[in-house]
Amino acid sequence: MKFKVLALFTVLLVFLAACSSGGSKDEVTEIDFYFPVAVGGDVAKIVDDLVADFEKENPDIKVNARYGGSYSETMTQVMAAVQGGNPPELAVLFSIDLFTLLENDVIEEMTPLFDEKYFNDFYDAFMANSSIGDKVYSLPFQRSTIVLYYNKDAFKKAGLNPDAPPKTWDELVDYSKKLTLNGGKDQWGLEIPSTGYQYWMLQALALQTKENIMSEDGKETYFNAPHTKEAMQFYVDLSKKHKVMPEGTIEWATVPSDFLSGRTAMMYHTTGNLTNVKTNAEFDFGVAYLPSNNQYGSPTGGGNIYMFKDIPKENKDAAIKFMKFLTEPERVAQWSIDTGYVATRKSAYETDALKKYVEEFPQAIIAREQLEYADSELATYQNGEVQKIFNDAIQSILTGKSNVDESLDKAQKDAEKVLEPFKE
Amino acid sequence: MDNTQKTSKKKLSFSFKQNMFAYLLLLPSFIFLSLFTFYPTLKSIHLSFYSGPMTRLQFSGLDQYKEVFTDEIFKKVMMNNIIFIIGTVPTSLFLAMYLAIWLNKKMKGSALLRTSFFYPTVIPLIAVANIWLFIYTPQYGLLAKFLQAFGENGPNWLGNQSTVMIAMIIMIIWKDTGFFMIFYLAGLQNLPKDVYEAAIMEGAKPFQIFRHITFPLLMPTTLFVMIVAITNAFKNVDHLYIMTKGGPDNASNLLLYHIYEAAFTNWDLGKAAVLTVVLIVVLLSITAFNYLFLDKKIHY
Repeated sequence: MKFKVLALFTVLLVFLAACSSGGSKDEVTEIDFYFPVAVGGDVAKIVDDLVADFEKENPDIKVNARYGGSYSETMTQVMAAVQGGNPPELAVLFSIDLFTLLENDVIEEMTPLFDEKYFNDFYDAFMANSSIGDKVYSLPFQRSTIVLYYNKDAFKKAGLNPDAPPKTWDELVDYSKKLTLNGGKDQWGLEIPSTGYQYWMLQALALQTKENIMSEDGKETYFNAPHTKEAMQFYVDLSKKHKVMPEGTIEWATVPSDFLSGRTAMMYHTTGNLTNVKTNAEFDFGVAYLPSNNQYGSPTGGGNIYMFKDIPKENKDAAIKFMKFLTEPERVAQWSIDTGYVATRKSAYETDALKKYVEEFPQAIIAREQLEYADSELATYQNGEVQKIFNDAIQSILTGKSNVDESLDKAQKDAEKVLEPFKE
Repeated sequence: MDNTQKTSKKKLSFSFKQNMFAYLLLLPSFIFLSLFTFYPTLKSIHLSFYSGPMTRLQFSGLDQYKEVFTDEIFKKVMMNNIIFIIGTVPTSLFLAMYLAIWLNKKMKGSALLRTSFFYPTVIPLIAVANIWLFIYTPQYGLLAKFLQAFGENGPNWLGNQSTVMIAMIIMIIWKDTGFFMIFYLAGLQNLPKDVYEAAIMEGAKPFQIFRHITFPLLMPTTLFVMIVAITNAFKNVDHLYIMTKGGPDNASNLLLYHIYEAAFTNWDLGKAAVLTVVLIVVLLSITAFNYLFLDKKIHY
């Protein structure tokens, strides 16, 4: 009996001891680098190679690359680590998570860490989401923008010039009508996705009409401004009035498959998909600026590198070293070639590697040239909630549940309520 | 007197020892339960009275509850969950019972049929979501192709607010019926044979046999399966992540997915905690209602 009790206790103690893990001390500085891998092809291997190269150069630093799945899963892991009092040194997260991270007071300002010249080499359109006023909080890393992909073979079949993609909304509608076959049963003229990132697509249309849909300080939205309404009206007219796009919501992930299988002749999608389309398209395809209403325009997207607070000084230094390493022009160029993301620095386009690549594959340069007209992605305080309000409103309009005016007015009111506490 | 005291003392110490040993045996499970069930539950209740950004939570009392209960999306989500339960539970229970009775007969190929009805249960919900995503895809999905054969084009199932819920309900029925069928098969195997023999001697028709013998005798199984089905309707939300993200405009959003959204896209831990408390209360009341009320009405 006694023996049994003792044995039971021993088992329990051993078990509990196994649960608590011991830490080990090393001579080298270890830094954590969180990274989302479920985006843009097989990036895990590329990052692994980068880390290996960096460690060869700096034997006294060890980088632990921690791979999350999607951006939001990575964000969840980072936030959990921060809450557990073990913040990572670096993480690649959505550039639009900036206000959420600021609100929680977990990221380090980067303005004092680098000199001005270094920041100036990044494209302004990307820096827009990385800074507030003149304070820089993150470095552009894997950034994208929306472009028009079009099927040149389908253009030829419809009697359109394959080297003259639509430049204006009117042309877009006109071409789409010619490209829509058998009421869409055989081929749609155009697909603009409306799940997950519909706010992003509507932003593009609003930017083409007049201007962005939120203030730079993340405290105001203009969801019911006339230009936003005009953009939304066009979005819904494409299917309801012109009948060149499927009705209801269109799934983000199936749009590229629809394009590759010839079910739609044109699509609006992220440049992050460029490599995927290039690899899998069995027809001649072109990439173009998004057509303009009054001007060209497209929001940027994608992820930035953030540095976290409350880490020891030597780790901070190591993290800065690693950031510099990752953003060297040659590496930025290679990253762009491997993934299809837009290279974030002007000097990257001066490198031989990227020059050669662009020559062979001119589609890759379109996104960079469109950056001139690009602006920041929707980012506000309480970003998740504001984004959801806007996303729901767009879907409600596209599915015919409510009209443009009432739905966007309501979205604006709801967003104002959420942002109220942040206005001084 | 003395004697009785002695024996009772002995009894007491003996029973104390025995109980102590029992408690020791229970201790590991208790530690796990506390760590992963009781503590998080209490923590959620505690957290539901706080609001604000994650790293700077502030006490807000019942304000957040008021906010949630007047929230339109919350109302919609609860309504969706009720529709989801009404849509999935009775149909899948009825189908499962029907299939079980049919497959309980000794006949050729019944093993194969059982397997084929059971297999959707084995597939993870995420995989099921991907399969059905292809079925529901407009224009070239399986369903659209099938309808095109009759000259119909079919709607954009997941892209319309009026069709998305029914599409989800059909998918979940397909997935869960086989699982419930197994319980009913087990239940049927345990029914007394002599009652049936007597009924057949009396010349009862098949439907009468079902109505007066099989159905009432299967009641305990039905009760158990019903609890599983209702709680499943609250727990199964993985497919939303793949198929609709709760859209269009929350038309397919369910409570647990809404909690996920509040916690991990909006980082509103306080609101997520309030929603979690609502979910816990709902699940506990369903279980309690079943075991305290319905249980008494059943003939075992």
